[in-house]
Amino acid sequence: MTPLLFIEQVLNGLQFGVMLFLMAAGLTLVFGVMGLINLAHGSLYMVGAFAAAAVAGWSGSFLLALVAALAASAAAGAIVELTVIRRLYDRDHLDQVLATFALILIFSEGTRWLFGSFPLFLDIPDWLSGPVTLPGGIEYPLYRLAIIAVGLSIATGLFWLIARTRLGIRIRAGESDREMIAALGVDISRLYTIVFALGAALAGLAGAMVGAIQSVQVGMGEPVLILAFVVIVIGGIGSIKGALVGALLVGLTDTLGGLLLPEAFKLFMETSDATATGSALASMLIYILMAVVLVWRPRGLFGGAT
Amino acid sequence: MSRERMVNAALMALLLGVPLWAWATDEPFTITLATRVAILALAGVGLNIALGLGGLVSLGHAAFFGIGGYAMGILASHAQSYTPLMESPFLLEGTKSMPVIWLVAILASALAALVIGALSLRTSGVYFIMITLAFGQMLYFFSISWPAYGGEDGLSIYLRNGFPGLNTLDPIQFFALCFGCLAAALWFNARLVRSPFGLALNAARQSPERVETVGLGTFRLRLVAFVISGAITGLAGALFADLNRFVSPGMFSWQMSGEIMVFVILGGVGRLYGPVAGAALFITLEHVLGGISPFWHVWLGFLLLLVVLFARGGVIGLLAGRRVAHD
Repeated sequence: MTPLLFIEQVLNGLQFGVMLFLMAAGLTLVFGVMGLINLAHGSLYMVGAFAAAAVAGWSGSFLLALVAALAASAAAGAIVELTVIRRLYDRDHLDQVLATFALILIFSEGTRWLFGSFPLFLDIPDWLSGPVTLPGGIEYPLYRLAIIAVGLSIATGLFWLIARTRLGIRIRAGESDREMIAALGVDISRLYTIVFALGAALAGLAGAMVGAIQSVQVGMGEPVLILAFVVIVIGGIGSIKGALVGALLVGLTDTLGGLLLPEAFKLFMETSDATATGSALASMLIYILMAVVLVWRPRGLFGGAT
Repeated sequence: MSRERMVNAALMALLLGVPLWAWATDEPFTITLATRVAILALAGVGLNIALGLGGLVSLGHAAFFGIGGYAMGILASHAQSYTPLMESPFLLEGTKSMPVIWLVAILASALAALVIGALSLRTSGVYFIMITLAFGQMLYFFSISWPAYGGEDGLSIYLRNGFPGLNTLDPIQFFALCFGCLAAALWFNARLVRSPFGLALNAARQSPERVETVGLGTFRLRLVAFVISGAITGLAGALFADLNRFVSPGMFSWQMSGEIMVFVILGGVGRLYGPVAGAALFITLEHVLGGISPFWHVWLGFLLLLVVLFARGGVIGLLAGRRVAHD
């Protein structure tokens, strides 16, 4: 293994982590503010990817496709919040899990109905394709670098939104005491719809951007959703900072584990056995990481006391 | 006889009567459907002990279902290829005998539940839901990437395993076995609910502080419940693998965990026969709606949504009326 390969994998891990952050940020906001566990977040990711693929196929413009992804997933999020989710806020977690599991079934099969079972493809636009040469002579795909840049700027924007704007103040107030801010005259149900749609839009954007690297298909959201859960559990539910740290940790662990563990096992095992054992263990690594974090800190790295 | 007991009796009579009728009219496919109902209901009975009685929302019961399935797959595949499971430190052979496989499935999934439960029960609420989900996924990815037992393709077993004195290849006899397991688990569950342990567990769900004050450890109560729950679901997994003569990582998938939970909820949480009603309704819907539209999951989704939002007692709650609530 060369240092170049290692740096390339670090960048891949960073890109993966940044994407996970976009998913996890929405989940953790919705949980922090509304106390809702939303399994259907992965469906919103899928909606974004499908909207992007459909619009890109029709118009040929990648930017328009991203806008469509944001709009479609935010709209889907708002509709779902208004019709179903708002009935679930004062239910227990079991009801929330089931109702949002039902939403997954509806979204997945509904999408299959509309678009068929075959994967769609979303092409990387010309102006973002091809490799760039980084300092040190590393060739790295421009598109993946763009994803990292977009993800990090959205993270910055989100921190600014939460810390500095009036909406952010309301969101934080809603987290700590919803009756109080309702009593102070904030329209709490509209705030909830906005937060849910914001989380949905972030998921949709992630779906559209990843859709250009992988294929766009039904069921693409659930693996990412589960990883996003791992991220927010590691980071501490409700904490945006925790989501960012957790996402980068999970992204890097997953990518580097797949690279390093088989190599490490080769030191004392036969090559074929080492590859098998190493990659089997690597696929479990992030869950082991999560178990370790929870045993050490049952409320996650940045989780609150309550 | 209370209304709920009448509903329960009717349910079991139906589950026994339909395959007997199908056997008389020579419709083996219907018997297979009823066998699936019995097995999935058994998995639900397992989950219901953790979920309904213990209040532990586990979204990772596919882990135990899959472990049961792989216990059967690994033992039977070694027996059918005449290779020992391991040679050192002592010789361990595969087996095609159901009682042995069941025992191994129960022990293996109980052990897994002990480890997963001991770690997961340190957390509660949403963290518990997610950590159980993550443990399920951990095993799922492990089963995909571990090449020794088929990896992603799963394992096929050519002949169904044997049970002393029965011909398990005959659908109705295999159904009888599965129905027997389900009835035994339901009987055990009914005894458990009324036992001192069950009462304490129930109390720990309703008011953990009081139970702690009385001097009972809630952690230990819940852990035992989780282990029993996992063991029963593991047995169901072994039977399910035997029904299909096939095991695959799909048994570990989180959709499987979700479906087992759906059986419990459709039937009615915490109701003894809820999983039976739920699994029967699920399989019937799958069969009826699946015949009408390949996208039947959409309608299942809407139905589930309606049950969660408006009919909270599930099928049993609808038929038997609301239970007098103690909590």
